[in-house]
Amino acid sequence: MNMKLGDFISSAGFEIINGSGNMDTELSKVFCCDLLSFAMSRNPAGSVWVTVMGNVNTVAVAVLTDGGCIVIAESAMLDPSALEKAKQQGVTVLRTELPVFDAALKAHKLIVDK
Amino acid sequence: MSKTIKLVYEVTADDFTRAGEASGDVKSKLKMMGVSPEAVRKVAIAMYEGEINMVIHAGGGRIDVEISESEVTVVLADKGPGIEDIEQAMQAGWSTAPDNVRSLGFGAGMGLPNIKKYSDFMDVKSQVGAGTTVTIKVLL
Ligand SMILES: Nc1ncnc2c1ncn2[C@@H]1O[C@H](COP(=O)(O)OP(=O)(O)OP(=O)(O)O)[C@@H](O)[C@H]1O
Ligand SMILES: [Mg+2]
Repeated sequence: MNMKLGDFISSAGFEIINGSGNMDTELSKVFCCDLLSFAMSRNPAGSVWVTVMGNVNTVAVAVLTDGGCIVIAESAMLDPSALEKAKQQGVTVLRTELPVFDAALKAHKLIVDK
Repeated sequence: MSKTIKLVYEVTADDFTRAGEASGDVKSKLKMMGVSPEAVRKVAIAMYEGEINMVIHAGGGRIDVEISESEVTVVLADKGPGIEDIEQAMQAGWSTAPDNVRSLGFGAGMGLPNIKKYSDFMDVKSQVGAGTTVTIKVLL
């Protein structure tokens, strides 16, 4: 029911925008939300957080909630300031052209429902 | 050996790049002190919501954090426009956030309710035209 971040990155095949996180982080859940105050209270620790909101606050919320990694769906943009913060804080950010649901489903099948 | 740690942070208006830095700093300090992950998460969530509210609604302000052996107290004080109806502001979904802030993913009206949910004590004092002080306590 868990997967290491490093294994997830290689199995999911999503584009790596920032790969500086700890690859031994245990991922155990998938979470979808674009509104940051909901994400703040709901993003589980060790989650794969799928969102289209690629700004600096997304990274801040991932850090504060101990999220496992961020997946930017729909090939949405990650702001330069967000990328910088992700590098600084060691938050792994991936990107895919898949819509939110499909990206989350893929992650779910890899991590939770294998 | 009951020592209390005091921290002070200045929060700048409209600086979304730095918003979360104060909460992040407190979070990592608590972690290093060996505080339980649940308590760290509560402090981080409650303090971040208060911090971001200062940035968005109040033109910045000052945060005082006190960490004792039994609790963490966070006092967020600003000289912003104040809150007219605190009861209304505390309701989930109530927000006066402008469109540019909403487009960043804020403005769900969940910040103050989140603070309430993730703290063991919360107090909001506000005067229109003078400012707002939010006090948060999390028991360790
Ligand atoms: N420090 C403050 N100064 C002035 N007004 C505030 C302050 N904090 C909150 N408010 C008012 O209370 C409302 C509700 O705040 P709350 O944090 O719950 O939601 P929000 O900030 O609008 O959205 P979200 O937190 O979900 O991004 C705000 O829209 C604003 O009108
Ligand atoms: Mg808020």
